[in-house]
Amino acid sequence: MRVRTLEIDGQMMTGAPGESIFNVAWNNGIHIPRMCHLGGLTDVGACRLCLVEVEGQSRLLPSCMTPVREGMVVRTNTPALQKHRKLIVELLLAERNHVCAVCVANGACELQDLATSLGVDHVRVRYRHPQCEVDLSHPRFGLDHNRCILCSRCVRVCDEVEGAHNWDIGHRGTNARVISDFGTAWGDSESCTSCGKCVQVCPTGALFSKGASVGEMRKDRSFLKYIVTAREKHQWIR
Amino acid sequence: MSTRITIQPVTRIEGHAKVTLHVDEDGAINGAQFHVIEFRGFEKIALGRPFTEMPGLMARICGICPISHIIASSKAGDMLLGVRTPRAAVLQRRLLTDAQILQSHALSFFHLSSPDLLLGFDAPPSKRNLFGVAETDVEFARAGIRLRQLGQRIIEGVTGKRVHPNWGIPGGVLGAVPGELRDEVLARLPESYAAMDDALGRAKRWADQYAPEIEGMGNFPSLHAGLVGADGAPDYYDGKLRLVDGDGNVVAPGLDPRRYFEYLEERAEPWSYMKFPFYKPLGYPNGMYRVGPLSRLNVATCMGTERADREFVELRQRGGGAVNASFHYHLARLVEMVGALERMERLFADPELLSADVRSRAMLNEEEGIGSCEAPRGVLFHHYKVDGNGLVTSANLLIATAQNNLAINRTVEQAARRFVKPDALQEGMLNRVEAAIRCYDPCLSCSTHALGQMPLVLELVGPDGTVRDRLQRE
Repeated sequence: MRVRTLEIDGQMMTGAPGESIFNVAWNNGIHIPRMCHLGGLTDVGACRLCLVEVEGQSRLLPSCMTPVREGMVVRTNTPALQKHRKLIVELLLAERNHVCAVCVANGACELQDLATSLGVDHVRVRYRHPQCEVDLSHPRFGLDHNRCILCSRCVRVCDEVEGAHNWDIGHRGTNARVISDFGTAWGDSESCTSCGKCVQVCPTGALFSKGASVGEMRKDRSFLKYIVTAREKHQWIR
Repeated sequence: MSTRITIQPVTRIEGHAKVTLHVDEDGAINGAQFHVIEFRGFEKIALGRPFTEMPGLMARICGICPISHIIASSKAGDMLLGVRTPRAAVLQRRLLTDAQILQSHALSFFHLSSPDLLLGFDAPPSKRNLFGVAETDVEFARAGIRLRQLGQRIIEGVTGKRVHPNWGIPGGVLGAVPGELRDEVLARLPESYAAMDDALGRAKRWADQYAPEIEGMGNFPSLHAGLVGADGAPDYYDGKLRLVDGDGNVVAPGLDPRRYFEYLEERAEPWSYMKFPFYKPLGYPNGMYRVGPLSRLNVATCMGTERADREFVELRQRGGGAVNASFHYHLARLVEMVGALERMERLFADPELLSADVRSRAMLNEEEGIGSCEAPRGVLFHHYKVDGNGLVTSANLLIATAQNNLAINRTVEQAARRFVKPDALQEGMLNRVEAAIRCYDPCLSCSTHALGQMPLVLELVGPDGTVRDRLQRE
């Protein structure tokens, strides 16, 4: 296998054929912002936060979906990219009802952390304030669509790791919602195994353990690396 | 031609309000209204949300008394879970209730009301504030700030935050009290008791000095309501609701706060966002009742602690059966602060306060939960109904300041009739109307479920509805 050599932010790096720019950058200490990507799950390029500039390309490319090529020159953190990312986060915040002060994930939310790191101190677009439901029909977990950013991590972990495929994205555009078993209440789902993996991988407070109060929800994603390592390398190590 | 005087904004209170004084053709005041001109709507915001989020959500109603909202909300949550709250959690809730009484009352007395009392009601408005107090008597101002800071420090020490902590939950609280906080607080008590002795001495002198204000700022018989314990002392966390009349006769010895809707009702008026609760058996508006520090001391038979008991007896001598002059809310506030310090000292002596057994866990077991407690401004009720999954389908908040609404309106009218001369309007006259409102330490952000700070407009209105004069505070 011949490795690919490329330049990211002025540093020379190598990656395996087919490996994403995102992975190569992270493996070399360049942390490109992301929301839908989670190590161990298939990438889908949903959030567009990992967009990068590639020389010779007129448009921005999602680094999680773009394989490295020999001689590539990539920039991950230019002022233009910072501006785009900030706007994306503002759009995410405006799209639903993200009220950190009363959220179960306050203080441990990837969206909140990203907004802070990008310097989002206000939102320049108008809040949509949609009417979103909260599904508490499951005995152990809750789903609050107000806090969902449609990253689809829950859909992928349920399908690819748990193998249950309880979750999907239903409807279109601004009406898109994470749905359980073709749109039944979560508590009525026949496919859900109540494993809780979706809750742990959710980057915000959209999926949470029932009974959690404001700021109490803490998520543990270490299981994912354990399972993926076991599956791919047959090594059962933490 | 008659006129209308408007005071807007009313200053040194929490929230937005205006006062309208109606003046007849002979130039005499013939009516007054206290309008609350802000609206918040937490009862609506709560709908469709999990009940487990209510303590955190409801804490956001108020930056002064979030602890009271957390506690009333958590107690409603306890009822929904149907669990027994661990004793250590109850002790913590009691401790923070007292810490909040201390900091909120210190804010009301030292920061908001003492400028009138120390500098006089006719002092120039530019001096009538905390900075003016500090200029005149720096030690007094400092004592007030230190007392408030102690209350805030205890809240921070227990919860990690001074305002809006994530601390209360249905079934208990989130963490244990750190042991080092006990030593820190106990070390500060001697200084705090000394500051209270000084403040009480001054307040008693002012009570003797301001006889016209005592007579004219809300001095009328009314019902008083407050939570009392089995020993007759105010029970800020878990008492029964007692009502007495203006002569001190017991009207209802111990009503169950969880049945409040059977004996209390709210009426809305088109000219104010704040509703008008009243005691049902006496109808509207005769069922007017007062709540808060003075009322709590009127319904109680003792304070249950040594220093506060001495002051309690002295205060009660200022009235016949009950002390009806709202001016004495100030003195009652100080008595309660002493009681709060003493109770906190007792609580810190209980080793179980530091226990980590602070949470009972359960699934949803009831569909209706009601929590009550004594907030600094009076008794507070949170009432939720939930569906089978625990989503709130109905929320009713009965806030202390709203329960004083009828009395505040009556007080404004009495103060206006007594002090305001429409043909020779002076700022000091209007300040007395505002000061009469401040006796109740109203918190309008709490009571209208609102936006922003609390300013006041005073309008002088004629019989034909024309505004003759208008004073506005910026």
